[in-house]
Amino acid sequence: MDLSAINPVLLIASLMVAATPLLLAAIGELVVERAGVLNLGVEGMMIVGAISGFAIAVETGSPWLGFLGAAVGGALLSLLFVILTQVALANQVASGLSLTLFGLGLSSLMGQRYVGVKPPQMPDIHIPGLSDLPVLGPILFSHDLMLYLGVGIIAAVWAVLKYTRAGLILRAVGENHDAAHALGYKVVRIRIAAILFGGACAGLGGAYISLIRVPQWTEGMTAGVGWIALALVVFASWKPWRVLLGAYLFGGVTVVQLNLQAAGVAIPVEYLAMSPYLVTILVLVILSADKSSAPASLGRIFHASH
Amino acid sequence: MKLTSLLASAAMVLGLATGAVAQDKTKVGFVYVGPVGDGGWTYEHNQGRLAVEAEFGDKVETVFVENVAEGPDSERVMTQMALNGADLIFTTSFGYMDPTINVAKKFPNVKFEHATGYKTAPNVSVYSARFYEGRAVQGTIAGRMTKSNIVGYIGSYPIPEVIRGINSAYIHAKKVNPDVQFKIVWAFTWFDPAKEADAAKVLIEQGADVILQHTDSTAPQAAAKNAGNVITFGQASDMGEYAPMPRVSSIIDNWAPYYIERTRAVMDGTWETVNTWNGIGQGMVGIGEISDAVPADVKAEALALKAAIASGEHHPFTGPLNKQDGSAWLAEGEVADDGTLAGMNFFVEGITGDIPQ
Repeated sequence: MDLSAINPVLLIASLMVAATPLLLAAIGELVVERAGVLNLGVEGMMIVGAISGFAIAVETGSPWLGFLGAAVGGALLSLLFVILTQVALANQVASGLSLTLFGLGLSSLMGQRYVGVKPPQMPDIHIPGLSDLPVLGPILFSHDLMLYLGVGIIAAVWAVLKYTRAGLILRAVGENHDAAHALGYKVVRIRIAAILFGGACAGLGGAYISLIRVPQWTEGMTAGVGWIALALVVFASWKPWRVLLGAYLFGGVTVVQLNLQAAGVAIPVEYLAMSPYLVTILVLVILSADKSSAPASLGRIFHASH
Repeated sequence: MKLTSLLASAAMVLGLATGAVAQDKTKVGFVYVGPVGDGGWTYEHNQGRLAVEAEFGDKVETVFVENVAEGPDSERVMTQMALNGADLIFTTSFGYMDPTINVAKKFPNVKFEHATGYKTAPNVSVYSARFYEGRAVQGTIAGRMTKSNIVGYIGSYPIPEVIRGINSAYIHAKKVNPDVQFKIVWAFTWFDPAKEADAAKVLIEQGADVILQHTDSTAPQAAAKNAGNVITFGQASDMGEYAPMPRVSSIIDNWAPYYIERTRAVMDGTWETVNTWNGIGQGMVGIGEISDAVPADVKAEALALKAAIASGEHHPFTGPLNKQDGSAWLAEGEVADDGTLAGMNFFVEGITGDIPQ
């Protein structure tokens, strides 16, 4: 066993990278669920975002346009969910699941030409002075901009939900859509906006995997992150900062367990491999022991005549 | 004639017609563990499938299902294939072993071929490639090329095939570089690009400048490329898009000749249960071109080893070799038998870390 081989600074820096796709997808789904819609299609929107972003970044040479394309791609796919659940009033669980299946198939079709292609690099920021600080520099000031944007989105969602009128309306729609409707709010329109936002965030999360974390395109490369994001939203009791905590915890334990393995720590590998799931669930379950519960209208279909 | 009887006779004619077509065509099914676009393991099996189609033209019909999870789900997929009239089914991952045996019992007239397993039945053959021969060549290059003397190894599952590869690579790296040390990470997946990339990054952060992988995607190659001065090897497929750096060589699985031969056997009615385990000599394991990033003398040494293995002159597991706990395994000059290799569940002396049980 040689723990000295593990560099804690690099470890923290890489856990932030590992957590970002999960964080982006989860915060998008949080907004969707706070508006009272259960979209199980996160995995599908992520993978479509991953290939849309990858393709556009490769064709234009700009990772930024790639991320923009990923957000648009994810939102476009979620538009399908909008049509099914908000217009045709289909069952949300079934629609979400089919969205994932469709997204996985569509992405491998779109990605045929991009296997083995290298995307343009997204440079890490370098702030003279700050980035050169020992310890803090590599942890806080030397990442790619998308990582900061992810944290920024968490903060923005938190602020909007807590302090603004728009956030209050969104929550009202999610808690009791009939009451919100009676007050004159456009329930369906608000939900559509939330679903599109969720799709865009999931797309960004997918593109973070294909453009930064891996970076390459491979079929099925999101490999279940979308499902973990869904679970994370529940365990985080629909609270933005807990999503951040949960994502970093999950990413952190994932990276730590790989580090421990490489350093030859004598804990059986099976326990290490399941530790990210266990630790994340445990911590968030303990945190959610307070009164918070799911949005009351979550997953229920709204029609103005009911 | 009444409409119903007309319909019935039409249906009968159709049924006869399709029956006749079905008799002409041999239907071959493939079950894949990853997507055909993984650029590695499944990609090469699919190349084999395409070769079968090219060889027999419209005398065969091939079907495949990708991304099939190991375990009960694979049993369902195989059953469906057999019900749909497949004559021969290739199941291409270790974890399909018991499902293949189970389904084969239910369909005695369908032939099954299971890759990398060891359980056979009257209608189940097993086939595998001696990847460890390729690992010996990789180990030699890795031992010569490493400057930090740390070689990172991404394992998938602790099964004999993977353990053999680690041992073979270690033995040959150690032979040319006595200071070499292996750091092994078990990913517990065949295919998860993000996790494979993380594993590669962790190994690089801990000082590895050579990464060997036994997982299916090209993600570790991308991670090594970003890190700069790290070399990798293509796994299962050439992964030539990452040459000349980081990918300096590769192990390429060539399933096409075997798939063609077995399909022909089913057509001729000469199919019988076999246990095939071929290596570099028979062409089932190929060594991808060694790139210019490798110095000429190292390249020559690796190619000489490859030739020696191909001719049978050198066996990668030749004594004296001890097991990890120091107990004697092979005496001087003794060569490991296939039975021990097929069930290998121990590291050789010098490797640190335990095999997850």
